[in-house]
Amino acid sequence: MQDKKTPERSIQRRTFLKGAALGLAATALPSRDAEASIWEAFFQKHFREMSEAEIRKVIGRLEQEYEQKYKKKITVGIEKPLPGVLFGYGLDLSRCIGCRRCVYGCVDENNQSKDPQIHWITVLRFKKGEKWVDLEESEKYYNPSAVPEEEYFYMPVQCQQCENPPCVRVCPTQATWKDEDGIVVIDYNWCIGCRYCMAACPYGARRFNWTDPGRKTEELNTETHYLGNRPRFKGVVEKCTFCIQRTRKEPGRYPACVEACPVGARKFGNLLDPMSEIRYAIEHKRVFRLKEDLNTNPKFYYFFAYGG
Amino acid sequence: MKKTIMTLLMLFGLLLSAATAAVRADTHEPDVPKKLFVPPPPFTPGIYPCSQCHAGMPVDRNPRKLQGMHDNIALKHMPGGWCFDCHNPNNRDTLRLANGKIVRFEESYNLCGQCHGTILREWKAGLHGKRTGMWNGEKQYLLCVHCHWPHDPKFKPIQPLPPPVRPSDIK
Repeated sequence: MQDKKTPERSIQRRTFLKGAALGLAATALPSRDAEASIWEAFFQKHFREMSEAEIRKVIGRLEQEYEQKYKKKITVGIEKPLPGVLFGYGLDLSRCIGCRRCVYGCVDENNQSKDPQIHWITVLRFKKGEKWVDLEESEKYYNPSAVPEEEYFYMPVQCQQCENPPCVRVCPTQATWKDEDGIVVIDYNWCIGCRYCMAACPYGARRFNWTDPGRKTEELNTETHYLGNRPRFKGVVEKCTFCIQRTRKEPGRYPACVEACPVGARKFGNLLDPMSEIRYAIEHKRVFRLKEDLNTNPKFYYFFAYGG
Repeated sequence: MKKTIMTLLMLFGLLLSAATAAVRADTHEPDVPKKLFVPPPPFTPGIYPCSQCHAGMPVDRNPRKLQGMHDNIALKHMPGGWCFDCHNPNNRDTLRLANGKIVRFEESYNLCGQCHGTILREWKAGLHGKRTGMWNGEKQYLLCVHCHWPHDPKFKPIQPLPPPVRPSDIK
């Protein structure tokens, strides 16, 4: 409606502001071809605050996005922690031969980027008979023609699933937390990529996606979990989840690294089950945990089944 | 006390189900849960049953270098050992313990356990050797001989998979 006293003004101030606001919104945020899913992702609630229905909606959106991106159906699971289960891991240092089968078994299972390369497991090599507390002095690029080598021993390191995880405490968005079954998980949709957790982790277990993960569609593992091996984005942190997509089931498979180990050095089970092999190891063998003095209370137990 | 009984029961159950899984694959027993599944022994193709050649052969108990057949076997297990320390001369399709008890190839772990008792105990507990399958369900064990060739049981060194890319090598 035009004001009769100011007929010379063709656009009113209020109309102009409305138009400007709409225009700005249109340029700043995607509207037409990028669908509503970006908005939905932007306003997605924290995983633990979402209702079952909201989570299902998110999963539907993600599965659709992944199918568009990878031209392949990828299922994203949301299995909750099993009641009465606290996962623990055992690694027999007297058996490990440092062959790195676990490293690549993990990559195949968990959809890590291949280029740039992301490994969740690092196998460290130490000279026998020397003081080896200084992990900085260990060798991770060893490449002999055959392992084990007479004068060395090997120690694979991955996320230790601490009961008192320093990475969780420093996360400014609470994108990483410890679930009831003891697995420290990451919500990649809430991770802002600040990498505080990587600085806080005393085990160097966390990895950062500097680029969009380079992984061929045919190499993707399509059985995934929301908090585990679903395809990640550029700018998020990831790490070992004890193969949450395998283990959080009834019955659940062993983690991929356990199955990849040719010498059976890797043990996995429920710490609350007195009949589990991990409990047998803890109760009968010489056991230590890495950097115990930091009070992180890892659930990853190194032990010596032989020669102890 | 309760724990010991439980352990014994468990071990017995494991053994029982191993035996049933191995021998009576055709008979269906719904009330016996098959918790422990041992795959068949890794025979060289065509070599079993041994009786297909050995049935009519005279038994030569003298230690000697084998010629013609089995010449790939150089016994590097027990110094001074001989075939019949483990193989049953009267029925080659079976093995024989030191006490004369006959065991089938599917239960050869009992033979190994004669000397390696602590290892056998830990294998049953799931500590020694590789377990695959379900951590809270049906597990797949391996026989000792799946990983350790019984005539030369020490693990052979293998080639490691490639080391991680050094930061300086990233293009």
